[in-house]
Amino acid sequence: MATTISTRLEVLKTYKIYIGGQFPRTESGRYYKATNAKGDLLANVCLSSRKDFRDAVIAARSAFGGWSGRAAFNRAQILYRIAEMLEGRKAQFLDELIKQGALSANAENEINLSIDRLIYYAGWCDKFQQVFSSVNPVASSHFNFSVPEPTGVVAIIAPQDSSLLGLVSVIAPVIAGGNTCIVLASEEKPLCAVTFAEVINSSDVPGGVVNILTGKPSELVKYFADHMDVNAVVYCEKNDADKKLIQEKAALNVKRVLFWDKINWNSDEAETPYLITDLQEVKTTWHPIENIGGAKAGY
Amino acid sequence: MIATQTIPDFNISSRIDQVGVEEKAKRFTTRSIKTETKVNGLKLVLNMIDLTTLEGKDSKGKVQQLCYKAQHLHDAYPGLPTVAAICVYPSMVKIAKAALGNSGVKVAAVATAFPSGQAPKDVKIRDTKFAVAEGADEIDMVISRGKFLEGEYNFVFDEIAAIKETCGNARLKVILETGELVTYDKVRRASDIAMYAGADFIKTSTGKIQPAATMPVTLVMLEAIRDFYYKTGKMIAMKPAGGISKSKVALHYLVMLQETLGEAWMNNHWFRFGASSLANDVLMQLEKERTGVYQSANYFSVD
Amino acid sequence: MAKAAKNNTLKLKFDTINYAPAPESKSSATIDAQYDLFINGKFEKPLSKKYFDTINPATEEKLSSVAEANAADVDKAAKAARTAYDKVWSKMPAKERAKYIYRIARMIQERAREFAVIETLDGGKPIRESRDIDVPLVANHFFYYAGWADKLAYAFPNRNPKPLGVAGQIIPWNFPLLMAAWKIAPALATGNTVVLKPAETTPLTALKLAEIIQESDLPPGVVNIITGAGATGAAIVNHPDINKIAFTGSTDVGKIIQRAVAGTDKKVTLELGGKAANIIFEDAPIDQAVEGIINGIYFNQGHVCCAGSRLFVQESIYKEVMRKLKDRIATLIVGDPMDKNTDVGAINSKQQLETIHKYITIGKKEGLEIFESSCTLPKKGFFCKPTLFTNVAQSSRIAQEEIFGPVLAIQTFRTDDEVIEKANNTPYGLSAGVWTDKGSKIFNLTTKLRAGVIWANTYNKFDPTSPFGGYKESGFGREGGLQGLGTYLNV
Repeated sequence: MATTISTRLEVLKTYKIYIGGQFPRTESGRYYKATNAKGDLLANVCLSSRKDFRDAVIAARSAFGGWSGRAAFNRAQILYRIAEMLEGRKAQFLDELIKQGALSANAENEINLSIDRLIYYAGWCDKFQQVFSSVNPVASSHFNFSVPEPTGVVAIIAPQDSSLLGLVSVIAPVIAGGNTCIVLASEEKPLCAVTFAEVINSSDVPGGVVNILTGKPSELVKYFADHMDVNAVVYCEKNDADKKLIQEKAALNVKRVLFWDKINWNSDEAETPYLITDLQEVKTTWHPIENIGGAKAGY
Repeated sequence: MIATQTIPDFNISSRIDQVGVEEKAKRFTTRSIKTETKVNGLKLVLNMIDLTTLEGKDSKGKVQQLCYKAQHLHDAYPGLPTVAAICVYPSMVKIAKAALGNSGVKVAAVATAFPSGQAPKDVKIRDTKFAVAEGADEIDMVISRGKFLEGEYNFVFDEIAAIKETCGNARLKVILETGELVTYDKVRRASDIAMYAGADFIKTSTGKIQPAATMPVTLVMLEAIRDFYYKTGKMIAMKPAGGISKSKVALHYLVMLQETLGEAWMNNHWFRFGASSLANDVLMQLEKERTGVYQSANYFSVD
Repeated sequence: MAKAAKNNTLKLKFDTINYAPAPESKSSATIDAQYDLFINGKFEKPLSKKYFDTINPATEEKLSSVAEANAADVDKAAKAARTAYDKVWSKMPAKERAKYIYRIARMIQERAREFAVIETLDGGKPIRESRDIDVPLVANHFFYYAGWADKLAYAFPNRNPKPLGVAGQIIPWNFPLLMAAWKIAPALATGNTVVLKPAETTPLTALKLAEIIQESDLPPGVVNIITGAGATGAAIVNHPDINKIAFTGSTDVGKIIQRAVAGTDKKVTLELGGKAANIIFEDAPIDQAVEGIINGIYFNQGHVCCAGSRLFVQESIYKEVMRKLKDRIATLIVGDPMDKNTDVGAINSKQQLETIHKYITIGKKEGLEIFESSCTLPKKGFFCKPTLFTNVAQSSRIAQEEIFGPVLAIQTFRTDDEVIEKANNTPYGLSAGVWTDKGSKIFNLTTKLRAGVIWANTYNKFDPTSPFGGYKESGFGREGGLQGLGTYLNV
């Protein structure tokens, strides 16, 4: 019965999507082939459907209250934790990036940048609100202050030419600000996105805060833009027809539309709190200030 | 009557937001009172005045002069009403009573160790008894502010109830001295205590402490009266006192009264102004309305 | 109550609902028979050759006729704004820019009463409000933003903010002059030039503002004010040489604009509708809360996007609040907006009155309990009694749709969680009110309510320093305060 084998058969990974902290296959049963430049099959990848997107929005919506209500310090800890987990899985990402056609040095650089970017935004979690809040000196006897609050559920079409760094760079500012999101990964280079979902899943990020789909932007962009329970769309590509479509559909429920199409994700310009504030609403609160007997009660 | 009612926990009297109540009080002052409404209002104001003298140097002569003024505010203007009452120290009650005869002008006496109220309960009761025996129609008592601020609400309540009992048929005005209570929350609480303890009137001030009556503090008390009326069906009268010397301000008080408690309160049985110099300003305004000419103080008697 | 032998108690009528008339004088205001378009610093005849009437909604009398700008007129205004931007305004030192805005603020203060009178005649709002609220806020807004002109670098750390260019601004009829100020002041302070269109039913104060702008020697073309209706607005939105659209108005039109600019580089801010929850807890300062409810829904006839049109009362105090609310409604003076004592003036237009009536009919058909003020309405003009509906269900249209009139929908609640859920259960998110004396509860509510402006123990307060704007379908972008600058800048 016992036979000796000289080489061990590698166990291949099934690339699934990530919704609500679970790794389901697409409900549609569809797949597409991710290949390298030579056309070799890398993996069968889920070709997510609009129903997967729908499920992801439900997951993101139900996670929103908890995530946005967490202490900012705690969100910072969790983003830092994602960076730690990513660091530990460097080899796997290196392998996938190279499989997808990256040069080894570039791949390593991309991973390092991704880790550092998470750390950068982890740091902002409990600071941007201080920087972007104000106490407003109104003329009446009221205390008046404005604070940024997360916009809500954000649907993101991630940068398509970047497998990992683009994905990390768009997720980090969105969730650092307390939003939850549904991200459509790079269609051609989807492997890192699924593995990054595994990183997120092991980093104390509550289920539903980040949902990652693989599939075709050409098919899903419409649904990203017209879903009535999505509060904002982030689009990172330069396709003018898609942009117009997104803006038109977004009007259905007055979505905020952000085009992050001019950002070089490899550069410092991808590290700015203004990407966080892009997905924040300003809330202003008024309350009367009691002022009795002011004449006698001097300082 | 009171015994059948549940006495509320005064620690949880209605809350008052200072900014809101002052905004609201200010809003009454934007009412513009013209022509016949103004004349009616000014006559009502005269009729609601408790013409007051509360000085150590008060004498028989002074009080008698004031009593004459109370009935003859300005004879050059026919058909003017009298004031509501003369407000004096207990020692002057008999003199005032005699001077006023059956004119209908009431005599109110401040009692209970006015203005500080710093005397034992039995002294306060004797003070009140004396005033009533002298013929006072109304007793203006002060609450023990020190005890109130100490949180001794039962003490304050019992004292008011005891004085009320002493008053007999005289109507009892309970002076909160709002200038010493400082916050509107405390004014509201003191109003509730006074009303549940048997006050016929609640009154802002002695006139000896600043600030005395203001529109917001009066509004807080009017709203307390309204809530008491809603709960018990019993009407309580109101008397802002001190600091109201201009007819325009007095008209704003009437607007506030009308819009807070309504028409039933719009007479001197249910509302008084404790004032000494207000009457002449009102008279000058009435003459101005009648003649179309701005008036000089020289034409109006100073008593 | 023992009566004295001789009763000296006077009974005189001092009926506050029927005060003697106290009309504001119209002599301080001159209204021309006809107004042209204010383009490039001059009043110019419209290329359209068309004019339309603007009427006094309280009397239905014509006040003036006003030019109707067509696409060619809009183009002319946009070109003037572009030229002024390229040649003058973008090159002017920021300090000088500031001084022009300060000057406009001062001139508004000098002519404040005239503005108040015209605002009331043209729009129907009570003179008390236009005099005490609208016009002072207008001047203050210009003052506030004037000072920002040379300090923009401090508003955006690590950025070098640049103006966008020409701003096309479309404003509504509920606060005609105030909305003009909210739009023009920050646009100028940030170095943009302006094409502004007031609403067709309330163009006059904006045209008066044009007179002041002319007198202020502001360089020609920096502010252009053109009048017209929806088509004029569409021409502004679709004009290719306009860089920014700022719109305040209905959510329906806001969506049209959002779609219209799709595929262009135009920046947009939208300040749209609302259906605000005003929440009264049992531990609230109730008398002030009742006044807040009144201010929330009957201020400016309810023509307020942030009106507290959904009232949530905790069940334990429902009876008390309702009694006080009804008593308070009885003291509201409804009628001639020019009377200084009027609390609720005229509905802005016949069309809006019909919309409000439609909703009142819907409410009645839904079987809701209705309570109306017992006031008598003037025979002429567009008026509506202050109205409230009780026992309203969350699913009722009265509770869901913006009525933009003096109609309040009242619901009760039992627990904090319940009311937060109900308050947020709307596509809108402009404003909300919370009334409780308990600080920790206020912060729970103010944090969880999804709306851009939260008034706690107060309502309908505005200030130039205070950012205003909505969540969700109430729009995006902020007006007022430091946060109101960014939407007119590239940062």
